Amino acid sequence: MGVLLLIISAITFLIFYALPSTDPAQLRAGRSGSPELIASIRHNLGLDKPIYVQYYRYVKGIVLHFDFGFSYQTDAPVRQQIVDRLPATISLTVGAVILWLTLAFPVGIVSAVKRRSLVDRAAMGGALLAISAPVYWLGLVALYLFSNDIGQFKIFDGAGTYVPISQNVGTWFSSLLLPWMVLAASFAAFYARLLRSSLTEVLHEDYIRTARAKGLSERTVILRHGVRAAILPLVTVLGLDIGILLGGAILTESVFNIPGIGRLAYDAIKASDYATIQGTVLFGAFFIIVANLIVDIAYAVVDPRVRY
Amino acid sequence: MTADRQTPLIEVRDLVKHFPIRSGFLDRGKGGVVHAVDGVSFDVMQGETLGLVGESGCGKSTTARLITRLLDPTSGSIRFDGRDIAQLSRKELKPLRRDMQMIFQDPYSSLNPRKTVGSIISEPFLIHGMEKDDAKRRKLVEELMDQVGLNPEHYNRRPHEFSGGQRQRIGVARAIALKPKVVVADEPVSALDVSIQAQILNLLRELQRDLGLTIIFIAHDLSVVRHMCDRIAVMYLGKIVELADADALYGHPRHPYTGALLSSVPVPDPVLARERKQTVLGGDVPSPANPPKACRFHTRCPKAVDGTCDVDEPQLEVKEGGNIAACHFPLADAEVAAAVPTSEV
Amino acid sequence: MTGEPLLSVEDLAVRFDTEDGVVHAVDGISYTVDRGQVLGLVGESGSGKSVSSMSLMGLTAGRRTTIEGRVMFEGRDLLTLPGSEVRAIRGGAISMIFQDPLSSLHPFYTIGRQLIEGVRAHQDGVSKKAARERAIEMLGLVGIPDPRGRVDAYPHEFSGGMRQRVMIAMALVNEPKLLIADEPTTALDVTVQAQILALIKRLNEELDMAVILITHDLGVVAEIADEVAVMYAGRIVEQAKPEALFEAPEHPYTWGLLRSIPRLDTPRDQELVPVAGRPPSLINRPSGCHFHTRCPYVREAHRRIDPPLEPVALGQEDHVVRCLLPHETRLELWRSLESGADAAAAGRAAGTEVTEIKA
Repeated sequence: MGVLLLIISAITFLIFYALPSTDPAQLRAGRSGSPELIASIRHNLGLDKPIYVQYYRYVKGIVLHFDFGFSYQTDAPVRQQIVDRLPATISLTVGAVILWLTLAFPVGIVSAVKRRSLVDRAAMGGALLAISAPVYWLGLVALYLFSNDIGQFKIFDGAGTYVPISQNVGTWFSSLLLPWMVLAASFAAFYARLLRSSLTEVLHEDYIRTARAKGLSERTVILRHGVRAAILPLVTVLGLDIGILLGGAILTESVFNIPGIGRLAYDAIKASDYATIQGTVLFGAFFIIVANLIVDIAYAVVDPRVRY
Repeated sequence: MTADRQTPLIEVRDLVKHFPIRSGFLDRGKGGVVHAVDGVSFDVMQGETLGLVGESGCGKSTTARLITRLLDPTSGSIRFDGRDIAQLSRKELKPLRRDMQMIFQDPYSSLNPRKTVGSIISEPFLIHGMEKDDAKRRKLVEELMDQVGLNPEHYNRRPHEFSGGQRQRIGVARAIALKPKVVVADEPVSALDVSIQAQILNLLRELQRDLGLTIIFIAHDLSVVRHMCDRIAVMYLGKIVELADADALYGHPRHPYTGALLSSVPVPDPVLARERKQTVLGGDVPSPANPPKACRFHTRCPKAVDGTCDVDEPQLEVKEGGNIAACHFPLADAEVAAAVPTSEV
Repeated sequence: MTGEPLLSVEDLAVRFDTEDGVVHAVDGISYTVDRGQVLGLVGESGSGKSVSSMSLMGLTAGRRTTIEGRVMFEGRDLLTLPGSEVRAIRGGAISMIFQDPLSSLHPFYTIGRQLIEGVRAHQDGVSKKAARERAIEMLGLVGIPDPRGRVDAYPHEFSGGMRQRVMIAMALVNEPKLLIADEPTTALDVTVQAQILALIKRLNEELDMAVILITHDLGVVAEIADEVAVMYAGRIVEQAKPEALFEAPEHPYTWGLLRSIPRLDTPRDQELVPVAGRPPSLINRPSGCHFHTRCPYVREAHRRIDPPLEPVALGQEDHVVRCLLPHETRLELWRSLESGADAAAAGRAAGTEVTEIKA
């Protein structure tokens, strides 16, 4: 895991430091910065050192002090920035995951059981639409239609209304409703389709026939015997998706102006704030790797054949 | 070709194949090995059909794949036509492949569904750079199809248009295309319906007679093996426990395992089924990853004697009636007569 | 055996509507099973032997499946019973075991849990603990060593033979009166097959449990069946006690099966005679006798007339056959075939014409 993170950090480091489109020092000095000022900034930031020295310092900082350096833009420690933004991202992710799973399971199960029926066709058609709709487009449409400020039907809180859960639970909840729905839409659709195909396959297994032959009710056969086996592929995808989202749902956070890690990364990219970009990338990678580990463990919990 | 059945074509000596057990990442390294084939020696005579029988995990299929060098042996030697082929490289093996062909169990999965039957049967010629002339090759393939009982007009059909039995005929045609010396048939009829089985078995016998083929015939069905083979080696957990001519093996098996196998075979004769005393073995075949010590059969053997069979490994030696068996307490004629439907004692 | 049979199947037909047309998987079969009787259903793939018995329990139901006929079990027609009552019988009075015990057991649940589930689905108010005791008792009955220690193991931790024992234990938890065993030993090694057959026979005798044994293996049937039905193209073509069926079979297809298998109790060099041709399509079935496309003794009329299943001769009501050849001709043909004659010679001996069938 450490090795993997090291490789990822090296690659991002190379991309952002060795091949910069804009010199960070110049950015910092502003439009009218004199060459001397730029040089001194370069020196202060350590940008005048050879790249391997820069990289060594960076990694040493992380390993020894869990220090990701400072933002070029605001001088704030990158670590602090990320920690500050984490609750918003977690709020968005967890809520969306719960929402899309509660949607995907019933739809996927009904579609699989009533395959080729009208319900199934309608659900899968809708799912295809939801998957195809880009999340930022969906977000803007949702805002345009349903937000309290600019919406045609003023139902939900609009963009930029997010408050931390510690401040006001009610506002926190209502401000996140729309982002949750927008983010969950395509995931719910994708998971419903995945569950449908997985369950369809499982329902042809011999052990489902055995369960029926035992005289169990159809409900027990499908839920306890079918779904239990069919969730295996979903576990893998869910783990990765959570990891990715914790690393920052850039588009959703941007559209709804939620101060999460995605938003942080988006702002940092706009400002060529490489230290912050680097930090968010590493964090994202970290979450994905952790999610992978959790997936492996979850696999063993779900499928006893994997245990040893 | 003279099929005198006296000259060995293949001599297998102390053949061993161990497969490492894949273990989890936590206990890497200490994983053991599966003793798939554990010191097997036998000859295959020119023009004969040698049967390899045994239950799952006995190593019969692994042995076949070692002889045809689809697998690399861990140790031991395989002399084919006087030359040791056990350690040859892939490249050195290529000419050998012409002389040794395999027929597989599953005629559904061993044929490429996208190719026409004609091109499947032509493949061996192309691989070995023979019969480069298209028209001539096509004629040869059509002759082959006719020989195995396929309609040559179906040259351009694909495998899915054929029934299971016909697909196995395609497999046979491909195997005999280059006029090999040896054909290794690994469970060639066990995926087929009973009425179709006979067609393929008859075809194999016919081809053997016409082409002077040497056949290594692997099957778990003892009735089929008896019908097809001149000599038979019975395997159990990676070792040969008994080797004899078909008449001797079925007439008076000496190894208790052979006896139990023959006794277990259901016979389509309700009167005989009721009268004979079946030897039903207890338990299952132990894991080849951790085979029992000494005689590997002692854990299930009705005749096992503590202190002998579990400490002293019996060697293959000639027993009464000429059977070669590895057993301290071989079956006596009376025991055979009571339990074995084919007994001739 | 007195009174009503335990199970009486009357004119059972099962059709599947597919894109290629209607598949007549089972085409009007009738048979009865008495209490404690073992009925062997023999046939090759596509003969309808599995479909017919799965249909008894409504396991082939689907939107594209049509099931007709009557299946009387203890005075009730299983095909018209409401779903909940059929479920009460499934796994209760009638239970099933299948060919591949590994894929037939749920891989994610312990065998104990799978057995307990079966108990509690049929016996109201049984505590989990009592159900577990029942599960352990059944595992012991079918010969699983150390059942108390093994009850919490997963299916993959058992060997093939032990898994089939677990399946049988699961089928026994509610004291079924009928066990349907669909190729129960086909996936097993021959020594293990002998164990499982012996176990089924023992349970049949000790528990007075009737068995429908579905198999392609004539040897397996001869070992334990009290009555044998041979199926071809969705129908029963011959049915008799095993002694009669193996001693004096009367249907050319039965002859074909018997002569195409190598067997241990005949001379080693006995020639195998395959059944010529291939099984017919169940969508466009042959006219007349469905076997006429593969029968060497076919006559012109056989292509038009569909023979009924009727006694082979007067006074032999328990041996029925679906064949248009005269009884004496059939006897004569089999006598010649059994003594090693080929179809042509047998035909000459029996004075009937012989047609060569192309493969």
